[in-house]
Amino acid sequence: MICEFSPITVHGYVDGELDAVRSAEFERHLENCAECQATLQRVESLRGRLQQSNLYEYASPRLRERVRKQLGFATGVQVSGNLPRRFLMPALAGLLAAAVFLIVFFLISPGSQIAPITAELIDAHVRSLQPGHLTDVQSTDQHTVKPWFDGRLDFVPPVADYSAQGFPLLGGRLDVVDGRTVAGVVYGRRKHLINLFAWPARGQKGLSAASGSQQGYNWIMWRSGDMQLCLVSDASAADLHELKNLINR
Amino acid sequence: MLEPQDKTRFEQLVLPHLDSAANLARWLLRNRADAEDVAQEAMLRAYRFFDRFRGGDARAWLLQIVRNTCYSWLEKHRPGELMTEFDEDLHQRPGPNPETLATQADERQQLMRALESLPPRSREVLVLRELEGCSYKEIAEVTGIPMGTVMSTLSRARERLQRALVSAAAKEAS
Repeated sequence: MICEFSPITVHGYVDGELDAVRSAEFERHLENCAECQATLQRVESLRGRLQQSNLYEYASPRLRERVRKQLGFATGVQVSGNLPRRFLMPALAGLLAAAVFLIVFFLISPGSQIAPITAELIDAHVRSLQPGHLTDVQSTDQHTVKPWFDGRLDFVPPVADYSAQGFPLLGGRLDVVDGRTVAGVVYGRRKHLINLFAWPARGQKGLSAASGSQQGYNWIMWRSGDMQLCLVSDASAADLHELKNLINR
Repeated sequence: MLEPQDKTRFEQLVLPHLDSAANLARWLLRNRADAEDVAQEAMLRAYRFFDRFRGGDARAWLLQIVRNTCYSWLEKHRPGELMTEFDEDLHQRPGPNPETLATQADERQQLMRALESLPPRSREVLVLRELEGCSYKEIAEVTGIPMGTVMSTLSRARERLQRALVSAAAKEAS
């Protein structure tokens, strides 16, 4: 059999960048083309190796601190730099202000709030992996999952099926995190499960964007409009970033 | 200096992508300490040029600045690197320290060195696609490669990486 597809098509297919028609054509072709099958396998195995080897280099806390300080954003250490100059002139007033600032800072700083919440979200993720706990509504159809949430929440979580991009929608669930009901939307990624947690961000100034890994699970927290969102999974950080981008689109 | 509301927007839209900036700089410069300096400089540039950001994909916008800052830095400090198509030298030489030698079998180490042996223009598309999870459109935006040639650039880069890994494995076996 002569391969009528250009050898680079396989890459577009693996990357989910072919349109639906071309993708279907290519899948049909793939059944009979040993050459393309072999390429597909090589590309997928290479991707698997790259994503499973922790090659992603996150910004160090030091860099984070340096950047925030240079741009004049509040940091964990350099607090006084953010205060108006006139407070700093009289030493006493300056000290007092710094003390007040520190207290306020620790009350609202993302670091102090994000840590316990991500720990809870990871627990919720682990709980969902137990038999029978993954979904309350099991469907790959966003038009089934979305209305299911409608009757149960006072906010609308983002729900969409990203099968074409390799993140099939598997279903939805309600969870309780930090004393409030949150939406859990479940996606698949190859053999991994990804939980998207969503809840209204109203009045939570401190929770902004962050990502990290704890107990072997990767998480990304961010805010979209007035919704606080968090992805948790044992899938690679790159996969989570990819899904986050799809959700933000 | 940004207006307070723009400052808040910068903090919400751009600053969260500091990880992406650090990661791309690390892989383009192949060195963590230099990467941190350059990522910081890129952040400062992004901050200064924030009034030119017209909305859209903030990560791609930032990464484009990071990439340009990295290339300017390389031109200034290691001009040879941008010329080499394939860094035979880096590829052949043993690890930079004894520890690397001891863990040569380590998968991560192997991938790292193979990736680092690729020319920067192959390396960056792989990092953007496989580590950063960028779409072709985003890769085009960050690198300035025309959208229509992202797929072929990636296919070439993957083949190169594959070859580098195979030849590294062969060298180890001999």
